[in-house]
Amino acid sequence: MSFVFSDENLLKIEELKKRYPSPEALCLPCLWMAQYQDGFIKLDAIDAISEQIGIAPMEIYRVVTFYTMFKLSPDEKLNVQVCKTLSCKLCGSDEILQHLKNKDVKITHVECLGSCGTAPVMQINDVNYENLTIEKVDTILEGLS
Amino acid sequence: MRECKIVSRKFDIKNSHTLEVARLHDGYRTLQKLQEYAPTEIIQIIKDANLRGKGGGGAGAGEKWELMPQNSDKLSFLAVNCDESEPGTFKDRQIITKDPHLLIEGILITCYAIKAHHAYIYIRGEYKQYQDILQFAINEAYEAGLLKECDITIHRGAGAYICGEKSALLESMEGKRGHPRLKPKQKEPEWFFGNPTLVNNVETIASVPFIVQNGADAYREYGTQKSPGTLLFAMSGHVEKPGVYEAEFGTSMMEYIKYYGGGIKNGKKLKALIPGGVSCGVLTAAECENLTLDYESLRGIGSSLGTGGMILMDEDTNMVEVLKNILEFYHEESCGQCTPCREGTGWSDKLVGKILEGNATKEDIDKLLDIANTMNGKTICVFAPAVSSVIVSFIKKFRDEFEDRV
Repeated sequence: MSFVFSDENLLKIEELKKRYPSPEALCLPCLWMAQYQDGFIKLDAIDAISEQIGIAPMEIYRVVTFYTMFKLSPDEKLNVQVCKTLSCKLCGSDEILQHLKNKDVKITHVECLGSCGTAPVMQINDVNYENLTIEKVDTILEGLS
Repeated sequence: MRECKIVSRKFDIKNSHTLEVARLHDGYRTLQKLQEYAPTEIIQIIKDANLRGKGGGGAGAGEKWELMPQNSDKLSFLAVNCDESEPGTFKDRQIITKDPHLLIEGILITCYAIKAHHAYIYIRGEYKQYQDILQFAINEAYEAGLLKECDITIHRGAGAYICGEKSALLESMEGKRGHPRLKPKQKEPEWFFGNPTLVNNVETIASVPFIVQNGADAYREYGTQKSPGTLLFAMSGHVEKPGVYEAEFGTSMMEYIKYYGGGIKNGKKLKALIPGGVSCGVLTAAECENLTLDYESLRGIGSSLGTGGMILMDEDTNMVEVLKNILEFYHEESCGQCTPCREGTGWSDKLVGKILEGNATKEDIDKLLDIANTMNGKTICVFAPAVSSVIVSFIKKFRDEFEDRV
């Protein structure tokens, strides 16, 4: 098995086990740890999680494919997630998407990010960038490259 | 317009997310008062206040609390729903970033009342940066010795709208796909690994300290007879000053939009409005005229108040495009458990796409209504009935726009 949880994560897992009535509850938390550790969820990370929490690997795989934020392969480019849901659309997300097409990034259309009052919004590496304009997008991407 | 800040009282204060500032402004003061009451007395206060769940459904919170066993050999839990994913809704994130200690105080009171010693906050995966602020506040509370009798653990979701449904939320916390459970025939609590569990929205819990501190009557001074208190109403879309502004139930909708929102963007006219997240039926501008913001009046015109997150659309908005956008959302977010929903969201999305492109016939509009009918009342949770009523409301109120394209 090539995937091993880091010592820090193993410690976290032991701490978390005390906080739930059953270790099965650690499914999502462990998947997050595995994803942050490698940038995506390796298939043998699923086996490692299975050993920790006692859910069959296939069941964990079903969970991974259900939740849109879990990735089974790494991002090769900067992943820019643009909200395309109604409030963002009404406030110009189409123009933002159009503009991003000329950039060397991976564009992901996502559903509502909870930034309707500060639309349009994009999320990069867990951070929301709000009240976007074309100029603002350029500045943000320059800062990240 | 009477300004009333119950939950948002500390929002504008600098560093309001810290324990120091919270304490300076009476934070955690209710905890001293708690000893005066038995747990069941707290539940009675919440019932007397007629606090209604603020996650969208508006069910009585006290009635829900009462379902929790007071004497049980099993552990009781509280699960706070911070899966805020309904498009147009962004109020809970204000609480967890601007006054997380109010939420923690509310959790401590609630756990005392339902005899729980562990609360989980299920937060949507996309809220990582807000989760960090909340976790900071929880750590502060631990260090200050406030969480001696009750633990709080944040449980992070991973991108699934349906996990905001209370039983799907618990399935997700149990390490499974977020599939809603079948509803029991009798009234009973929710279950987390077979243990009785109360699921309440963030804002509901954050309203509790005010009620316990000031009494049920003080809360009922705001709002209407049947919808007492306040709600963190919000505006987004074509409005000058989008945002979250707390107001009492029964406030005039148009006055609220004018007073807090500064009217429609660029001085245009309002064409349509979705009252509380996209799952509530759309309203025409004429319908909004004399409407008040409370559960009863919205239900009275065949829509619902939902989360109070209003989406405004100006006169130039293409309503076919709007429905297409909403159906894409539902198509993406249907959990896939029930066939009418899994298939219905896909087919209705496809059909409206066809209408939008101008490739549809008049029969397709009827087919769309037919699909909506098939989705209504035939599934485990209320996702599909909501989609159904949204489709019907759009066709009913803006049928000419759909017919113009076939």
